[in-house]
Amino acid sequence: MARTMVKKTFLTPLGKDNPVFVQILGICSTLAVTNKLANTMVMVLGVMFTTALSSWTISLFRKQIPTRIRMMVETLVIATYVIIVDIVLKAYNPEIWKQLGPYVGLIITNCIVMGRVEAFALQNKPSLSLIDGLASGMGYGYVLLIIAFVRELFGSGTIWGYQVLGAWWTKWAIMVMPPGGFFMLAIFIWIVHEGVLKEGKNG
Amino acid sequence: MGNFLFPLAVFFAAIFTDNILLTNYLGMCSFLAVSKELETSAGLGVAVTFVLALTTPLNWAVYHLVLVPFQLEYLRFIVFIIIIAAFVQLIEMIIERYSENLYFALGIFLPLITVNCAILGASLFIVIREYSFITSFFFGLGSGIGWFIAIMAMAGIRNKLRGAKIPIGLEGAGIALIIAGFMAMAFMGFSGMIQIS
Repeated sequence: MARTMVKKTFLTPLGKDNPVFVQILGICSTLAVTNKLANTMVMVLGVMFTTALSSWTISLFRKQIPTRIRMMVETLVIATYVIIVDIVLKAYNPEIWKQLGPYVGLIITNCIVMGRVEAFALQNKPSLSLIDGLASGMGYGYVLLIIAFVRELFGSGTIWGYQVLGAWWTKWAIMVMPPGGFFMLAIFIWIVHEGVLKEGKNG
Repeated sequence: MGNFLFPLAVFFAAIFTDNILLTNYLGMCSFLAVSKELETSAGLGVAVTFVLALTTPLNWAVYHLVLVPFQLEYLRFIVFIIIIAAFVQLIEMIIERYSENLYFALGIFLPLITVNCAILGASLFIVIREYSFITSFFFGLGSGIGWFIAIMAMAGIRNKLRGAKIPIGLEGAGIALIIAGFMAMAFMGFSGMIQIS
């Protein structure tokens, strides 16, 4: 039982119950940080760290937390982990910290973190919750990285800051600007949903 | 630009050129979920504007009068989110006590607002951009109005789309995001108007 349960917990957020393109959660940061691959990677790691550890912590204390104030407790736990991310990032990579601006702090209000804690961690064992949180973070992460890859490639002609497309490439400035984010995510959702419908199984 | 006019410039910039939703992508979750109906959109828009205009200067005051003197800046995430949650709760109780009509109009939206990232985002922006108290108030108000305009426009367009044939994969969030993309492009047209930051 344990084995299949773990596997299922790990795989659902990556595919048929993906937080970004199925549940449409955490859209703010999906759009805001994906104009550069390096920034996106940092953001993804931050979200993975926060989701996994807040799910684990809440699950650890799930029997002690009174139901009435659980939202408050959850927010405090999440905020604590976000502060850790913020401080570490500021110390080791102030450049990216500056570019991400308020979006690191906004992991607190990222619906994915809160959603996993509410929907999963309150009912499940700590170890399982940790896996669920980590997998949700990864499900969110790979979508972001794909979008960031396309936006950076077309918008700046670079990948991870390195020039790949030569001078002949006319940069699609719109890709790194706000509308590009909206269009890219919409196209991504479209492709995934059409693909899912065609195959009739999880994508 | 004179110091005296700066808050006003920030106010207009927050509505048009630096729209909190279309340029900074804040408050997307409730934007996508609620923008199906004009009436509910208006309700949420008013509630967001109201809370933004008041919590932003409040958070400014707490940050500069309490956190900075005690060198506790790193606690700002926790403090801001608690202040917002407490403030929303307080407003809900006051409205419930004094105005039944307003409570029924806004009441259901207030709990939604605590988790709206636009509110926390605005408070974080004023810290990063080092706005003054007055500027913070205008920034909060302007951001709220900008959010209100965006969600109203979106709800209107989605109303018109109801009978339209949309590819199945794009229904719901997909088409909403494309509309938002066009709106963002339209708002980019304002960008020559005011130049700040």
